[in-house]
Amino acid sequence: MTAISPPSDRLWWKHPLDRVEGIWITIAFVWCMVMFFMMIYWHMYGNQNLSTETYKTTPEMFTAKAQAMVDQYTVRTEVDGAYPVVAPPAGADVYMIARLWNFWPILQLEKDQTYRLHLTSMDYNHGFSLQPANINIQIVPGYEHVVTVTPNQSGTYSVVCNEYCGIGHHTMVGRIYVK
Amino acid sequence: MSIATTYRTCPRSGLQFESQAEKLMLANAVAAVVFLLIGGILAIGVVLTRWPSIHWLEADTFYQVLTAHGIDMLIFWIIFFEVAVLYFCASTLLRCRIATPKIAWTAFALMVIGGVMNNIAVYQGGSSVMMTSYVPMMAAPSFYLGLILFAVGALIACFVFLGTLVVAKAEKTYQGLVPLVTFGAITATIIAVFTIVSGAIILVPTYLLSIGVIDAVDPLVYRTIWWAFGHSSQQINVATHISIWYAVAAIVFGARPMSERVSRGAFLLYIVFLQLASAHHLLADPGMSTEWKVVNTSYFMYFAVLASMIHGLTVPGAMEVAQRQKGYNKGLFEWLRKAPWGNPSFSGVFISIIGFGFLGGISGVMMGTEQLNMIIHNTIYVPGHFHATVVIGTTLSFMALTYFLIPVLFKREMIAPTLAKWQPYLFGLSMYGFCLVMMGAGTLGVSRRHWDMAFQGSALAYEWPGAAYMMMGLVGVFGIAAITGGAIYIYVTVGSLLWGKKLDIGTVSDRPTPVPPTAPAAAVQTYGSSGLVAPGSFVLALIFLAAFILYYFINWKYLSQLWGLS
Repeated sequence: MTAISPPSDRLWWKHPLDRVEGIWITIAFVWCMVMFFMMIYWHMYGNQNLSTETYKTTPEMFTAKAQAMVDQYTVRTEVDGAYPVVAPPAGADVYMIARLWNFWPILQLEKDQTYRLHLTSMDYNHGFSLQPANINIQIVPGYEHVVTVTPNQSGTYSVVCNEYCGIGHHTMVGRIYVK
Repeated sequence: MSIATTYRTCPRSGLQFESQAEKLMLANAVAAVVFLLIGGILAIGVVLTRWPSIHWLEADTFYQVLTAHGIDMLIFWIIFFEVAVLYFCASTLLRCRIATPKIAWTAFALMVIGGVMNNIAVYQGGSSVMMTSYVPMMAAPSFYLGLILFAVGALIACFVFLGTLVVAKAEKTYQGLVPLVTFGAITATIIAVFTIVSGAIILVPTYLLSIGVIDAVDPLVYRTIWWAFGHSSQQINVATHISIWYAVAAIVFGARPMSERVSRGAFLLYIVFLQLASAHHLLADPGMSTEWKVVNTSYFMYFAVLASMIHGLTVPGAMEVAQRQKGYNKGLFEWLRKAPWGNPSFSGVFISIIGFGFLGGISGVMMGTEQLNMIIHNTIYVPGHFHATVVIGTTLSFMALTYFLIPVLFKREMIAPTLAKWQPYLFGLSMYGFCLVMMGAGTLGVSRRHWDMAFQGSALAYEWPGAAYMMMGLVGVFGIAAITGGAIYIYVTVGSLLWGKKLDIGTVSDRPTPVPPTAPAAAVQTYGSSGLVAPGSFVLALIFLAAFILYYFINWKYLSQLWGLS
């Protein structure tokens, strides 16, 4: 009776198990429970939990809101005027458009202040990959995802697109300054 | 009921092959190897482009090659081989004729047509959408149609497998229960039916979108349902390659399962919980609630992970018990030291078990943890993980099984046995390195599916740390070593089939010899009370657990240093 021949005893669920198996199953089960409750624990006590606040949107609606923010809070421009650098006040709603193949505009945030970051795509799926912090969020067209972020270090951060979006994918990089 | 067919008893293994089933297994296995060859050639383009100092292909060619590599390997190579394994588990292990051979051939034809059609669509350009083909990025209609035809063929093959089980039961070709390996194959088939139906639900509307019949497919709905297909198809692989582990343990060592209850119970957990894993791919998405993510990503409290951890003990445990009964009883690990390390069927499976557990399993749980996913999502850590599961786990197991099948099913003497002896080491261990450096680069944030980590042409280019460049260079080195190992496998397999010495086919009869009933095994009565029959495997399992726990909390520590997110 090997694993490739039929066992004669039909009641397989009554076969005895060895102590090695019994002990291992118990340990593995406990570990599985630890991992499961760790996720819940982090939602209660941890500081890095991804928001699920989501709204349906359209490119027009979202662009209008992003444009209003740019009109109000632009402090300078970069790359020959192509990218406004926007410095909204702490606690504000800030918008970042992902589209073929850039993130627009550049944001300037303050350290240890909290912002409501709105993300969507104008066209295909894109990826929000904040480097070098390494925070990765999917951007799906038609859905406005509101993520509450609190930068904890000042510096220059890049936003790399890490969802394949066509031939210019590798040029799609945005920027966030933290003062 | 008499059906005109013959049954051949292999003189080398004692296995009995029905002639139609044998031809079908051979055809499916050969088709699988052809797609492995294509996928392997494409892999050269992928690794030599991601190796930063070589950066070989142009962007458009790279994305085209990457799309075809993913689909040929993850879908066509693996599923063709799986169909051969299913027919083996039903027809050969139960000594039964295959149900409806004509329909089985139709399934094979559909799969070949679908596979070729999809490949042509990709090579024509305009369908470089990656395996996931997320809408609204669209491929040519024949891209989707090829996948749909292939899936229909695979679904039919699943039903041929189930039909064969029914025939075996009705014609009483065996007594008692189906063997554990067949039980595992049934698990794989049940998951496959769910998987293929999910694929149809989302690919059919996408095909209709591509030919202009409907206006839109929601991108988030697409992702949710596509991953019920995309992830579950990897669970078919898990169920199949674990069945192969048990099969090779039985073939090489004469091992029996330590306990049918434990091993079959673990397969049942797969059936119940594995399908929830679609959620793994949506943890960084908008839309789904936190509760939905937590419950689904953990397969409802990690019960499928529990099942894998059980198999991870019981497969080596079964080998250990068999070896100890042969007298290799000294210390914890004599059974392992005295194992047939020169037999590629064994070494392949053992390298597969260790790599699948330590690299594929642990990394998979990291990515599948709701919060930890944020430091991994869409980085090159992800292909690092799934090359450990699908290449080290599934592909290497299939290779190990092939070495057993060359004399038994192909009836040929293996050419170049010395090359074959080293192949699992070269292929398996270089894949270990390959997966580790990809995970390392991913931990630093390097993106997957990305042509140029230098971002040439971008106004706001980011500069990766030097370590990331070094690790991507090593991805290239290990990748080329692994591709060489894959080439040796194809050379040995195809070479043996074409010009290996023909072996005695054994006796042929026009009726099956039923599987002789086995006496209730002595082991069943002695197991259980004796206690700790496999201490070496238990120690290996504890080492695994220690690595798992340590790495798990290192990742939480890393996460806790990031920006606050809520």
